[in-house]
Amino acid sequence: MIENKIIEIAPADLLAKALRYKQDGYHIVQICATRTPDGYELTYSFALEYEMIGLRFLLDEEDEITTISTIFSPAFLYENEIRDLFGVKIQMISLDYKGNLYRIATKTPFKDK
Amino acid sequence: MSAMSLAQTVLRNLFSKPATRPYPQVARVYPARTRGQIGIDIDACIFCGICSKKCPTGAITVNRAEKSWDIQPFGCIQCGCCVEFCPKKCLAMMQDYTQPSAVKTVSHHAQMPTETAAVTPDAVQ
Amino acid sequence: MATRSIVPFGPQHPVLPEPIHLDLVLEDETVVEAIPSIGFIHRGLEKLVEKKDFNEMVYVAERICGICSFMHGMGYSEAVERVMGIEIPARAKYLRVIWSEMSRIHSHLLWLGLLADAFGFESLFMESWRTREKILDMFEYSTGGRVIFSVNKVGGQRKDMDNEMIAEFVKILGGMEKEIRTQSKAFLNDYAVKSRLCDVGFLTMQQARDLGTVGPFMRASGISLDTRKLGYAAYDDLEFEPIISTVGDSYARTDVRIQEIFQSIDLIRQAAAKIPSGEIAVPVKGNPTGEYFMRVEQPRGEALYYIKGNGTKNLDRMRVRTPTFANLPGLIETLKGCQLADVPILILTIDPCISCTER
Repeated sequence: MIENKIIEIAPADLLAKALRYKQDGYHIVQICATRTPDGYELTYSFALEYEMIGLRFLLDEEDEITTISTIFSPAFLYENEIRDLFGVKIQMISLDYKGNLYRIATKTPFKDK
Repeated sequence: MSAMSLAQTVLRNLFSKPATRPYPQVARVYPARTRGQIGIDIDACIFCGICSKKCPTGAITVNRAEKSWDIQPFGCIQCGCCVEFCPKKCLAMMQDYTQPSAVKTVSHHAQMPTETAAVTPDAVQ
Repeated sequence: MATRSIVPFGPQHPVLPEPIHLDLVLEDETVVEAIPSIGFIHRGLEKLVEKKDFNEMVYVAERICGICSFMHGMGYSEAVERVMGIEIPARAKYLRVIWSEMSRIHSHLLWLGLLADAFGFESLFMESWRTREKILDMFEYSTGGRVIFSVNKVGGQRKDMDNEMIAEFVKILGGMEKEIRTQSKAFLNDYAVKSRLCDVGFLTMQQARDLGTVGPFMRASGISLDTRKLGYAAYDDLEFEPIISTVGDSYARTDVRIQEIFQSIDLIRQAAAKIPSGEIAVPVKGNPTGEYFMRVEQPRGEALYYIKGNGTKNLDRMRVRTPTFANLPGLIETLKGCQLADVPILILTIDPCISCTER
């Protein structure tokens, strides 16, 4: 059956956990950001065969996190997307579109209600 | 041989009718469930406004005071929610589509005001 | 050292079916690197959750894409049903399977026509689209629309197909099966087709796994995974195995998709034989609270729906991760080392749907 496992972590543990998953053979499925009243809630999903696990942590608006696109190369698309739409600050993305992934008129439209 | 099997298809296409119908001369017959546009039987309407609340795009406007019911046919997505929730079943999904137009029209329906029954002198006794 | 030049490809191009832009770095005629660029039809549909309540969002979800329209509506409805803990009746599950598999057949036939048109084989394009018209007529007969069906809702289905209608559809599909077999045999054995598709655009199994590719693109590289095996809707009552090929080039991807058409016709036959009678929907009370990740197998691969509700009638977040978004890194990898004339064919073998990708 479809399982929904989500593990809460601290933002600083993200890189270590991602390396562990890469070692075990997982691949990245998606990165999702949801707006909370004082920041963002990020969920990173990884999958191996039919099993899917999510890593979740909360961020404030001004916090910065490091990319995992050097570990999982498809992550650059998802990270550019949440940076363009929500304004999450992500450093050192491997292929950085600098805000031009979606050619939209207003910056970070999903940030404000 | 693959050339032979395609040749069979080619010959069959050469000697059969075209697959398309010559459209304006032959009219299209739409099946019964086709979701074309919304029609209303305005005399049965009680102007409760449920259809306008359930419409996902807000294409229906109901005016209870003036007894009128408006729909924007180009805003309607033909989902059928209004037809499902109407308590008097006066809305129906018709089979013909809205005609293309250069401007966005509004389709206005209003109930004709009925004559109030006159009290005849010999009825009051 | 040969000189490198950058050629922009797309979004408008006579051979390109979808508005994707690629900057191709060329050395003479060989592509060395490709940088993708999307975002031409971003509509921001995910932000509409703030305005439309969770019942009305089905209509937004099914308009994300025209080809995969039914499965978007189905995936959204399934996700909200899991969040709210609603169990839909068995007949609704089988109806969802039948309509999903018909969507898969029509999508693969459309893709086959586009692929044939991309290298000039226009008669196969016309033939496969003529066969596809029969499915579109079946959709119009049963749901009322050819492209957007509006039959999904949270809690089940809005329209029913009675058993005579289903039996009629199975008969029409049987006739179509013979036609598709003749056409595809002529196509797959043709010398010109083989020389354009064989040994072009290799993707090894390890690369496919690392880059997170999904769908027939992944299955043609030898990975045997199919999201339908997870058992949503009525798929755990039906018997099927994922169709794979171990070669990993464009010809293998074409072959996998054509075999999937026949597998879908077989699944519809199985479902039509097993469908129970009963209701098609249950009433929905209350508002969704909680979250869920739902995975659905669309014609192009695995799509993921994330729903988060907070107890009000507007959802907090709806996130759709579509299969083409996951296949884009795989596409970039297959483009390395190919000739410039092969680029449109390779883009078509991943079956792009940019409307889904950008929502």
